[in-house]
Amino acid sequence: MSHMQLHVEGIGLWSPQLADFAALCARLGGDMPAAAGAPAAALLPANERRRAPESVRLAVEVAGQALAMSGRDPGTLACVFASAHGDQATTDAICATLARTPAELSPTRFHHSVHNAPAGYWTIATGCRAPSSAVCAGTRSFAAALLEVSTQALAEQRPVLLVCSDIAGQGPLLEMTGCDRPFGCALLLAPDAGATTRARLRLELPADHASSTPPPATLADVAAGNPAAAALPLLARLAEAGGRCRLGLAAALDLLIDVEPAA
Amino acid sequence: MMTPMRPLAVSACTVSSALGCGLQAQHDALRHGRGGLRPNDFGSAPRLGWIGRVADVEADALPAALAGWDCRNHRLAWLGLRQDGFLDRVQAARVRYGARRVALLLGTSTASIGATEEAYRRLDGAGRFPADLRRPALHAPDSLSAFVAAALALEGPSLTISTACSSSAKVFASAARLLALGLADAAVVGGVDSLCDSVLFGFNALELISPAACRPFDAARDGISIGEAAGFALLEHADAAPQAPRLLGYGEASDAWHMSSPHPDGQGAELALDAALARAGLDAAQVGYVNLHGTASRQNDAMEAALLARRFPATTRASSTKGFTGHTLGAAGIVEATIALQAIEYGFVPGNLGTVAPDPACGPQFAWQGETRRVDVALSNSFGFGGNNVCLVFGRAP
Repeated sequence: MSHMQLHVEGIGLWSPQLADFAALCARLGGDMPAAAGAPAAALLPANERRRAPESVRLAVEVAGQALAMSGRDPGTLACVFASAHGDQATTDAICATLARTPAELSPTRFHHSVHNAPAGYWTIATGCRAPSSAVCAGTRSFAAALLEVSTQALAEQRPVLLVCSDIAGQGPLLEMTGCDRPFGCALLLAPDAGATTRARLRLELPADHASSTPPPATLADVAAGNPAAAALPLLARLAEAGGRCRLGLAAALDLLIDVEPAA
Repeated sequence: MMTPMRPLAVSACTVSSALGCGLQAQHDALRHGRGGLRPNDFGSAPRLGWIGRVADVEADALPAALAGWDCRNHRLAWLGLRQDGFLDRVQAARVRYGARRVALLLGTSTASIGATEEAYRRLDGAGRFPADLRRPALHAPDSLSAFVAAALALEGPSLTISTACSSSAKVFASAARLLALGLADAAVVGGVDSLCDSVLFGFNALELISPAACRPFDAARDGISIGEAAGFALLEHADAAPQAPRLLGYGEASDAWHMSSPHPDGQGAELALDAALARAGLDAAQVGYVNLHGTASRQNDAMEAALLARRFPATTRASSTKGFTGHTLGAAGIVEATIALQAIEYGFVPGNLGTVAPDPACGPQFAWQGETRRVDVALSNSFGFGGNNVCLVFGRAP
C-alpha cells in the first residue's frame, strides 16, 4: 500500500519537565509548566506500585494517560511496549550481583529484568487478555514500534496502544547507553475515526532517505539524553497544528508521518 | 469476527541447538530419541542443573567485517545463519525484492547480555567497562537484530521482539502483518538466545531449574533445563514459493495473571489457540501434531496438559521437545517452529523425551515415543513470562 492511515485517540507523556501532554502543549504555547512529580502509575494497585520498578511505573503512567484520553476498555486493548534499553537500573544491579555473588541473585530482580515486564504489569493491572508485546530497535525504537503498532491496528482492524519509554541508566552500564534521564510517551491508535479521534496520521516508507526531523528548539532540554524522546517531533505536531515529520526506521529507511488534527 | 489470514510460504529455515547444527542434525536426533542435554559446564560457579549447550560456539569467530559485533550470542547467530544454505536463500530474496523490501524480525530474551555480564566481571580500576567491551551496540537489547541486519545486508524494517519465552514465535505474527499490508515482500524471522549467568542464576533464584535433565509432563517433573539455540526462517507470499510449507495462522494473547507463572486454567494460552485456529480457518480436530511449550515446570505443564486434553481429539498427537533441546527461552519459538515443520516434512512426530511416569493429567494425545505418521497441520505453542502466549499454525503446501 502507498500509505497507512490511523487515528490518534490518546496521547501520554512524562519527562522530568513535562507531566503530561497538556504540559507539552503549554510549553509549546510559550508557558513554563511546573516540573513533573514522579510518575504516579495510578492504574497499578497500591501493592504492585510499591513493588514495581521505575521502568514499569513510567510505562504504566504514560499508558494510563493515553488510555484515559481515549476512554477505551483496556481489557481488550492490544498493546506494544518499546524501550531502547529496558530496565537499565535492574540490568546494572543484576550484572553487579552476578559478578560478585551470582547465587544471591534476587528472583524479583530477575523477573523485573525481562523486557516485557511493563507489558506484564500492565496486562495484569488492567485485566488485559489481548495481545501484548515488548520490542526494541535502539535509537529507532519509537519509529520501529510505531510501525509495528500501525500494522497491527490495520491488519487486525483493532485499536492498539503504543508505549515507548526509557529510564535513566546507572552504574558502569550508563557510559554505554548514554541514557541519563527518563522519558516516556504513549499513543493510542485506531484504524477508524471515532468520537474521541484527536488527529489523523498518514504513514509511509518513502523511497528516499534523509535526516530525521529535529525536535522543536524550545524542547531541547526534553529531547536530550533519552532515545524515547525521538517521539518529540511527532508529539509536537500533535500538540500544534499538525504537519509532517520524518523519523529514522532503519539505517537507510525512514518513516514519513503526516499529522492532521481532527476537525 | 476474525478473518482467516492469507497463508505465507516458509520458503527456507534453519536451526542450531544442542541437537547439532542444521535441520538434518535436529531431525536425526529427534528420530533416534537422542537428547542434547548434559550436566552444566557453562558460566560461573556454582554450576547448577543440566543445560542444552551448542558445541563449539566459542571456536567460531565472526568474519573480519563483523568483528566489532563479536560476542558469544552473535557467534551463535552467525553459526546458525550459515547452516542449511540459509545465507544464500536470503541473498536470493534480497536480489529478487531489494534490500529495503526484506524485513527482519528477531526474538531474544537476553540478547548479548553475556557480554555485559563479562564487562561487569572485568571492570577496570576506574570502575569502567574494559576497553575491549566498550562497544555500546553490544550492551543493548536490540543487539541481535542490529547484528543480523549487518550480517545479511538487509535494509528493510527491523525489530527485536523480547517477550521472554514467546519472543521468536511472535516474530511470525509481526512479519505476517507487514507482508499483508505490502510493507515488505519477504521477511527473515527467527531468534537467538545463548547461555548466560543471568538466566542460569535467574531461573535458579525462581527455583525453576531441575537438578537433572528436565522431564516435561512427568508426574515427578521438577523444573526446566536451560538451553541455547539459533534459528531463522524466510517468509514470502505463497505464490513466490508454491511448494514450500505454509504459515497458516497465528494467535497471541495475554494471561492478565502473574509475572512469572501461567494462568492456572490456561486462559491466555487458549485464547491464543483460538485465534490461531480462526486465522488458519481450521478446527482443532484437523491438527495432526502440537509441539507443546512443555517446559517441565510444575505449573506450565499442568495448565498445558489440561488445555490439550479438553481441546483436541486423541488423533491429534502432541509432545514437548524440551527434553531434547532444553528450554531455549527466546529462541524456543523458532526452534519448535522448525520441529513442527519437520513433523510435516518427514511424517514423524517426535517423542516427549525424558518422561518416566506421565502426569495423570495427560490425555491420550501424548506421543511419549516418536511416531511415524502423516502430519498435514502442526501447531507450536510458546508461552512467556508476564503471561505472554503465542500459538502458530503450519501446514503442508496444498
